[in-house]
Amino acid sequence: MSIKKTPLYEKHKENGAKFIDFGGWDMPVEYTGIKDEHHAVRNEAGMFDVSHMGEVEVSGEETTKFLQHLLTNNVEDLADNAIVYTFMCYEDGGVVDDLLAYKYNAKKFLLVVNASNVDKDFDWIKKQSVKFDVVVENTSKEVAEVAVQGPKAQEIVQKLTDYNLDDIKFFTFDDGVEIAGVNTLISRTGYTGEDGFEIYTSNEDIGLLFDKILEAGKPLGLKLAGLGARDTLRFEANLPLYGQEISQDITPLEAGLGYFVDLDKEFIGRDALAKQKSEGLKRKVVGFELLGRGLARTDAVVLNSEGEEIGHVTTGYISPTLEKAIGLALVDSNYTKLGTELTLQVRSRKIPAKVISKRFLKSKKK
Amino acid sequence: MKIVEGLFYSKEHEWVKVDGNTATIGVTDYAQDQLGDIVFVELPMEDDEFAQDDVFGVVESVKAASDLFIPVSGVVLEANLDLEDAPEQVNEDPYGSWMIKIELSDENELESLMNAAQYKEFCENL
Repeated sequence: MSIKKTPLYEKHKENGAKFIDFGGWDMPVEYTGIKDEHHAVRNEAGMFDVSHMGEVEVSGEETTKFLQHLLTNNVEDLADNAIVYTFMCYEDGGVVDDLLAYKYNAKKFLLVVNASNVDKDFDWIKKQSVKFDVVVENTSKEVAEVAVQGPKAQEIVQKLTDYNLDDIKFFTFDDGVEIAGVNTLISRTGYTGEDGFEIYTSNEDIGLLFDKILEAGKPLGLKLAGLGARDTLRFEANLPLYGQEISQDITPLEAGLGYFVDLDKEFIGRDALAKQKSEGLKRKVVGFELLGRGLARTDAVVLNSEGEEIGHVTTGYISPTLEKAIGLALVDSNYTKLGTELTLQVRSRKIPAKVISKRFLKSKKK
Repeated sequence: MKIVEGLFYSKEHEWVKVDGNTATIGVTDYAQDQLGDIVFVELPMEDDEFAQDDVFGVVESVKAASDLFIPVSGVVLEANLDLEDAPEQVNEDPYGSWMIKIELSDENELESLMNAAQYKEFCENL
């Protein structure tokens, strides 16, 4: 399989990016440094190339009925131009993917899925759709996207359009919006825990849009940000990453994301999740803080005070915002109470830790 | 990229400064740039003994943990504990931020390392 490049690849190179292979894409991991980019997004603004994300359009008479069956969250009562965060699950409650569902109207939705899952997702959606009067189209290759995130995001993008961005509320969107002379779809969404926008356009126009946003944003402190900062930012905001906090083997309920699962309607995986809920969860994702030196990354083993294995780290970092070694771990439900003492096995070292709230940034804002 | 004259260099991007029978070891500018923001350094204890190419410590950047390989055999005389509290010094001044000082076990091993010109060429061909 050849490695894929987004239409902005050459611009990343010109801007000094370092690259990594991410789900088959050659993507910028950092430009000026992960911490620098992370702080820019928290304090001013950052721009990410997210053209690798997948887009699937669903349209037709039975679109809403089909998506109610496919997705865990409820899209029936959603207003036009609103967006929901949701999962697609397997019959056993494991996650196919997490995604955003953009509702144009009851007969047309845009689903935005993870880059590394596009083919799997499209096959899954297509297969589930056969009994419904819908058309499912994978438009990923024709759609490019940037995310502008941070407290200055609106001020920056507003410079480039006559459209009043105040009209785009959190988790809503509009299409046909002209930004820097480019026709876009813009939503107030993101993956950083900050205010900001995700802006979709064609492969042909994304370069101009990127240049104009960079030019408008630089005086306000906007920096280019790569996948490295994207991961530290989403982690601090307790936003899950597919394959880590949720996966084919970790249900949304275990990840503590039941808010996005409507058990009062029928959908694929509903019965398994309802059963899991009524029987009680055997394991849950918790937050932890290290009490000794070091850091515990993804897959580090979590032990109880007797030294027995009780789980593993799903994501762990030294948080750039909080400057503490914190993480998320999937552990046995007997060890999820705040303050519970844990031990993290990091290589040959055992590091003491305790369970803390997953709302990591809340402690900072106090 | 900065390369300092008069040091020995390993293919794993460590530098070695020799003073009599003592060698001071750190990572190069190329290494710190590749690693990105360094957030934690795990160093050995005094008197720990290592053979050439053994892992003597770990340097953790935001995105990954990387082993530190000892370029020459020896016994640890001192570890730079300042780096435990200020690991970012490695990014800021890689040649000033030494990691360990060792007593050399076999000076002949230095012949297996590169000089500044050779290391420069080595990096250019990576």
